[in-house]
Amino acid sequence: MSMNVIEADGLGKRYGGTWALRDCSLAVPAGHVAALVGPNGAGKTTLLNLAAGLAAPSAGGVTVLDGRPAGSVAALDGIAFVAQDTPLYKNLPARDMLHLTRNLNRRFDQQYAEIRLGELGIPLKRKAGKLSGGQQAQLALTLALARRPRLLVPDEPVAMLDPVARHDFMASVLTAMAADGVSVVLSSHVLAELERVADYLILLSRGRVQLAGEVDDLLASHRMLTGPAAEADQYAERLSVVHARRGQAQAHLLVRTTSDDPAPPGWEAHPVGLEELALAYLREPGAAALPGPARGRNNQQTEVTK
Amino acid sequence: MNIDKGTIREPGAAASGSGDSENGPQPGRKGGSGSPIEFRLDAASGVPTYLQLVHQVEHALRLGYLTLGDQLPKVRDVVAALAINPNTVLKAYKELETKGLTAGRPGQGTFIQATLSQVALPELAGLRKALLGWLAAADAAGLDQDGMVALFTSALQDFLNRRGGSAARRGTAGGGTEGVA
Repeated sequence: MSMNVIEADGLGKRYGGTWALRDCSLAVPAGHVAALVGPNGAGKTTLLNLAAGLAAPSAGGVTVLDGRPAGSVAALDGIAFVAQDTPLYKNLPARDMLHLTRNLNRRFDQQYAEIRLGELGIPLKRKAGKLSGGQQAQLALTLALARRPRLLVPDEPVAMLDPVARHDFMASVLTAMAADGVSVVLSSHVLAELERVADYLILLSRGRVQLAGEVDDLLASHRMLTGPAAEADQYAERLSVVHARRGQAQAHLLVRTTSDDPAPPGWEAHPVGLEELALAYLREPGAAALPGPARGRNNQQTEVTK
Repeated sequence: MNIDKGTIREPGAAASGSGDSENGPQPGRKGGSGSPIEFRLDAASGVPTYLQLVHQVEHALRLGYLTLGDQLPKVRDVVAALAINPNTVLKAYKELETKGLTAGRPGQGTFIQATLSQVALPELAGLRKALLGWLAAADAAGLDQDGMVALFTSALQDFLNRRGGSAARRGTAGGGTEGVA
């Protein structure tokens, strides 16, 4: 049985009177790059903070790496969180950042960290604040990976980076996955880049999970139907329409269906891409398609509402 | 810790939990994988990433860039060079193996075990020269690129129709393993 790197059940977090995350139930399996996607304020960072044990839930619970309660020593040993602004002590040289991190953690692979920084051309004696944005991100990533985590959790890792640094950073993350079997859960709102990187998608909207699943499965279970606008309403009632775009004559319906279902007569069916799919759901916060919770309270496989 | 899907291994690579620090992530390393080919990605093509990799191997086989016994780039090197999900590379390599074109060798990597090219490189060069001659003639006659492609495609269709089923199958782009030697 495959293990789950993050498992949430009815998880919620309230700041004052506002729920940043509500009734969140999901199970992210190991061995993936799972992308947490959603608009600003959707609850991405909150969910990652809860999983990393940096915040306590107001409702429900969350475990990591097969049932270790978030924030427990066992959980902290296995998970490495890289916060949004890649926090480093700007006045400390890279060498001292390694030293500090080694002393703050039960496990730290000094040799690995030094080799890695050498390959990246990051001088150990240079102050963190004097490194380029890309190098700072790579240093923060190195500190995380040298802890030899089973789960790496970068929060908006590439938002501040230029295209080359972005590519190199993601290459580093994915190489760690290929070489050491690290699972990755990252948050991003750069949809275009996710297509190549993520093979598991979690869409968050207004503090709720809107869509979750393996990318291949999600793409296989959605189609874009194009046909006469006059017939759109008629089909919208019978099909699970996630998002509709209408012109005077022509309509595009993104529907939840399989390739085996024939398109209605006079309509064309096209496969959808990850970006198109994510956008459609994000534009319709009311639409949801979720697998049942891992240790299910309810067992329905999917639920689509419009 | 044992993670079912967690550890990505080269297809056919021997199971091993050691050598972590030696074999750790190697950022910045480009190419040098010992494979005759390097993959590239066309984000605008709309073709799924794993299929692009499959097509590029088939294309390289047809053109003779890859031949029997050649090694494909290691999964890790492809991931480092293109910043793509390792599972995507594994999916492509699995597809190539299913097609009978490649095989994993324990501890080493993935190797070509069948070829799609029907003619040897010198012959290919001759054919290419003849085609260039034809292209020059078409250009002189005032045909633009789209015109040439249309004419070639149409002529190819005629030719295949006349030759009948077996040849048509062999000539189809991405047509599986029928042409495997």
